[in-house]
Amino acid sequence: MNEPPLYPPIDPTTFDLIVVGTGLPESVIAAAASASGKSVLHIDQNNFYGSHFASLTIPQLTSFLNANSTSLPPPSSSNTVTSSDDFSVENLTTRPLYSDVEISSFSNQLLEENSNKFYLDLSGPRVLFCADRSIDFLIKSGASQYVEFKSIDASFLGDENGKLWNVPDSRAAIFKDKSLSLMEKNRLMRFFKLVQGQLAASSGGDRVNENKEEEQESESPGISEEDLERPFVEFMTKMKLPSKIKSIILYAIAMADFDQDNKEECKDLLKTKDGIARLALYQSSVGRLTNALGAFIYPIYGQGEMPPAFCRRAAVKGCVYVLRMQVIALLMDKSSGMYKGIRLASGQDIFSQKLVLNPSLTVLSASSSPLDSFHERFHFLCLRDVKQKVARGICIIRSSLKPDVSNFLVVYPPRSLYPEQITSIRALQLGGNLAVCPPGMFVLYVSALCDDAHEGKKLLNAAMNALLTCPDSVNPESISTDQIENSGPKSTLLWRALYIQELTMGHFDSISSTPMPSGNLDHNDILDSAMKLYQKMYPNEEFFPDTTSPENCEQDDELSLET
Amino acid sequence: MHGRPRKAPVPEDEAASAAKAEKLRALQSQVLSNHRHKIYTEEALELSTRLVEINPECYTAWNYRKLAFEHNLTRSDSNPNSVKSILEEELRVVEIALRQNFKSYSAWHHRKWVLSKRHSSIEKELWLLEKFQSADPRNFHAWSYRRFIAALMDRSDVDELEYTQNLIDKNISNYSAWHNRSVLLSNLMKKNVEGFTEKDEVLTKEYELVREALFTDEDDQSGWFYHLWLLDQTVKAKSPLLVSSWPAHGSDLILFQDRCLDASSSPFNIFQFDSGTFPLILYFSQAVEGVNSSTVNVEYGSNLNQGLVWKPLSTYKSRAAQAWITQLSFPNADLHSLEAYPVEITVGHCQGIISSSGFHYSQSSHFVFTVRVQPVKKELKEGSGVEKISWTDENFYLCEPHFVESNLVAWFHQLCLKNEHEPVANAWQVKIIEEEMKHFCMLSDCKIGKLTLARLLTAYDALMSSGKLVHSQEILGLYIDLMKLDPPHYQYYKNEHSVVLLQQVMSSRESLLSRCFHYRDLTSSSRGYPMCLRLNKLSLSRIGSFAKLLWVQMLDLSHNELQSIEGLEALQLLIHLSLSENKLSSFTALEPLRQLKSLKSLDISYNEIGARSIDTTRYLCSSPLSNSIGNEWEQDRILVDGVSMTNYWEAFFVLKGLNLTQLDVVGNAIADENFTLFLVRVLPTLKWLDGVQLNLF
Repeated sequence: MNEPPLYPPIDPTTFDLIVVGTGLPESVIAAAASASGKSVLHIDQNNFYGSHFASLTIPQLTSFLNANSTSLPPPSSSNTVTSSDDFSVENLTTRPLYSDVEISSFSNQLLEENSNKFYLDLSGPRVLFCADRSIDFLIKSGASQYVEFKSIDASFLGDENGKLWNVPDSRAAIFKDKSLSLMEKNRLMRFFKLVQGQLAASSGGDRVNENKEEEQESESPGISEEDLERPFVEFMTKMKLPSKIKSIILYAIAMADFDQDNKEECKDLLKTKDGIARLALYQSSVGRLTNALGAFIYPIYGQGEMPPAFCRRAAVKGCVYVLRMQVIALLMDKSSGMYKGIRLASGQDIFSQKLVLNPSLTVLSASSSPLDSFHERFHFLCLRDVKQKVARGICIIRSSLKPDVSNFLVVYPPRSLYPEQITSIRALQLGGNLAVCPPGMFVLYVSALCDDAHEGKKLLNAAMNALLTCPDSVNPESISTDQIENSGPKSTLLWRALYIQELTMGHFDSISSTPMPSGNLDHNDILDSAMKLYQKMYPNEEFFPDTTSPENCEQDDELSLET
Repeated sequence: MHGRPRKAPVPEDEAASAAKAEKLRALQSQVLSNHRHKIYTEEALELSTRLVEINPECYTAWNYRKLAFEHNLTRSDSNPNSVKSILEEELRVVEIALRQNFKSYSAWHHRKWVLSKRHSSIEKELWLLEKFQSADPRNFHAWSYRRFIAALMDRSDVDELEYTQNLIDKNISNYSAWHNRSVLLSNLMKKNVEGFTEKDEVLTKEYELVREALFTDEDDQSGWFYHLWLLDQTVKAKSPLLVSSWPAHGSDLILFQDRCLDASSSPFNIFQFDSGTFPLILYFSQAVEGVNSSTVNVEYGSNLNQGLVWKPLSTYKSRAAQAWITQLSFPNADLHSLEAYPVEITVGHCQGIISSSGFHYSQSSHFVFTVRVQPVKKELKEGSGVEKISWTDENFYLCEPHFVESNLVAWFHQLCLKNEHEPVANAWQVKIIEEEMKHFCMLSDCKIGKLTLARLLTAYDALMSSGKLVHSQEILGLYIDLMKLDPPHYQYYKNEHSVVLLQQVMSSRESLLSRCFHYRDLTSSSRGYPMCLRLNKLSLSRIGSFAKLLWVQMLDLSHNELQSIEGLEALQLLIHLSLSENKLSSFTALEPLRQLKSLKSLDISYNEIGARSIDTTRYLCSSPLSNSIGNEWEQDRILVDGVSMTNYWEAFFVLKGLNLTQLDVVGNAIADENFTLFLVRVLPTLKWLDGVQLNLF
């Protein structure tokens, strides 16, 4: 570990809230707290914003993954237990959240020249739905002015032959689709309409749609309560959807991770109401933004642009930022055992009412700890309960996997690549027009949920084999010759990183902890947990209060006059 | 634009629009004054520019600009630069106006006008169109302008077709794109452009395209309209055909001068021969014009044509009709001769018969019948009074099969003869329709799928033209389902159902036989009446199959749901007609009766005439009476006992020319004492009114 840089002491030394780590949830919380007038200190030990949500150059990414995949040597004894009169001190350390990091380069020269021209997402593949809550947060918080987005042009369903099939996700796409039969088109569109009707019926009070609703209600009775509670896959079977269509809806639109037909192994069996909510999110995304072709958008310069955008909003509202600053210990009240403050690597003690920690920070489980109650209470800081891991892969490739599109998503549903594949694998190719790589090159992100590293790597490799030709070593035996012949243009791999990331959940208390990037394609679950944390911390504060524009004022006045 | 809710105006908006109106008024009066004084200076033009920028719909301002444009152009004709700048300025102003309101008729029209005067750069127009069409791809103004520009710059129809495909790919609800596609394809096929020479191939491809759209979203109308157009292109015979005639081909017409009926004579070929003439009726597959003595050759005895006068049978004031009639006089003065005279008719041997859609009657057809006179039996006294017809069931006796059967066989044979003239349905037509039927069976769980299937089956049966309606039961079932499924369009389905039902009745000997009755009133058993066709109690809302009904002289349409009797004018031989117990709601709906000059007894009792203050049939019927009523109506002349007859002008209009001896109007809201007085006055020949014999003096 480097020597902590010399900083002038932070002033003031007392805050309403201290947030450690600049990942997306931490940044959102900092921005929300600042917006509602709290004094906030936001610190990060890295020299970049974003923590586990950052977009990094190749050297940065390499060193970050390496640093976070090995347990650090215990801090020097001088730092460990330094009791003070009023506080008991709990030492903090960084916990490795990544493992099995495998980084290989196949074209050193090309990459060395360009290694700093990449912005590789640590949490990829990740996109935003156009009708996403994160978009609302971006707009509500004002962070949207710091990020620009571009459209993801297409999404495909992949098969074991490397063929990519268009996902018929809108009426126009269904119409143009060449692979669906007439009846499949009809069934799919009817199902979409059923869902839209259900949605329109459930979102009552919308004046504009009132007439439409009535029509739909009179025509179709909607979906019964009973159906809403049963598994989505069963409901689709009841609606006579062919299995091909079910697969498209479940894995390429509702983005289910586990095989929905296999109830024993399935860890995320979708209920109809959840499936419909996901379908609705997808559908309301298509065509929401005029310049977005499909359902997804991606921030120019990478996902790592999102946390700093919120941080800038927070800074505008008075939040204090300190980067390259490590937190080494927690200060707890001796008598009550309550959280009081933190000790920085610079030696300064800062006090606050609330603390939010990013998930890599953990308490040294030293047996000498005087307060057992502390470990009891904040056990999540010591033992993180890791149920699931996510395998992530980043490839840099020389040419696009599809000659005519540069930014697209590919989904491999469970068992589409090999019989034991129990989870979906998602891949996202991004091109130079998103400024994440030099022009002419492409970045391909792949991810899948897994229980262990072996399984995770197998999933990643299967998808990569289906998508591209690996120049050497990587399972060359698995690529049979006829696969290459049948599978259209394959790209040449220049560089690759594979790693396994642990999934941790957020926790709330006087010390709260934020979650790791999830295995999902979007940010919604992360933002949800950030919002929940915030609301538990500040139950009386609104999460990004509406900035009242003059228009809204008028409307409110009118309403109050009427009533 | 589409699907955008209208917002209620807020007070600020109203104030703003009032201010705008004030400004507009001032501007408008200035421009009008300039217009009057023919001031075309730059300042004056600038004023009009400001006016059309605010209000692009102000067509006087556009007209003023047209005059100014021409004025300035003639002044500077020598200088190409100033011509160019005048032109560009004019186009610029239109563009600004269109930005204000891109659905302004006046502005689009002005742009066309300017460009048709002179044009320099058309490329700019395409660019502009691109803008307008991406702002609203369904803006029909832009589409019509696009056709104009494409023609002006000679852009190929194939390119334009490609363009429609692109827009349809983006949104299958783009009705304008589908429509333009039909226009372009018609052109391409007409011009025999390479790749569009084989109609069946072109249509098959289009069917495939629209099928994708229909199956994707069966609730969207655009595709269905296009499908309907394709179906029309597939099955519609462009040239009109002679479908049937009276007398029919090969028949032996018997004319008789009294009412005695020889029991052995064919009910289809007898005619009471009072005036020394008998009618000849031609019935075509579509309304045609140009039936006259030069296009139709009638040869009988020693006479040839004799300057026959052909009359279209149509309620329209047009010269086109499906049915045409002329009167032939018996060839020889010797009416007692038993000789059968042959009559030969040749239709369309030279050009001149033309359908209302502009296609010529192409195949000459020829038919023959014979005519002879039944000897007069002077057993009955002349004018021994007119008998009252009573339409009750007990007066009708089903024709004995052996009596009619032989005649029916012959008659059916005659009707079928027309098929020789008809071109045999092409294999490709049958193939296309079969393919479509196969597909739309799968969509038959939605209403539009059912309707299309019914239309396809109907088209298929018509194509096969064997006279056998294989699918009529299925079609009827589909319409019955549709009536339940889609109540708002009940009447449409009901009408279609009625037409098919009637076709079914008329299509087989057995079913027709079961509807042929003899009328035998107990009080006048010796009287001979023509055979009565009873199409009662079928719940018909509309009638059709007129080609097969030309022979009918006594027709019972009672106890149906008729709202209109459109087409009935073709049944020129009708003497007795019952329309009792229907849903006729006005005399307007009875307009076809005006043409039935042989009609003697009419029963319109128990309808809804006069029940509604607003006559909805005026909108249902193709020719509102209000347009056709002329000088016949002289209100003051038919004032009876000081009672104003203004309320009955419709009845007057329909009944005036008829020689009815019997009329039943009881059970209608209109029937009261005044109406009775009116009827007696209007119909001097009337003997029986509502079953009561009228005292003549």
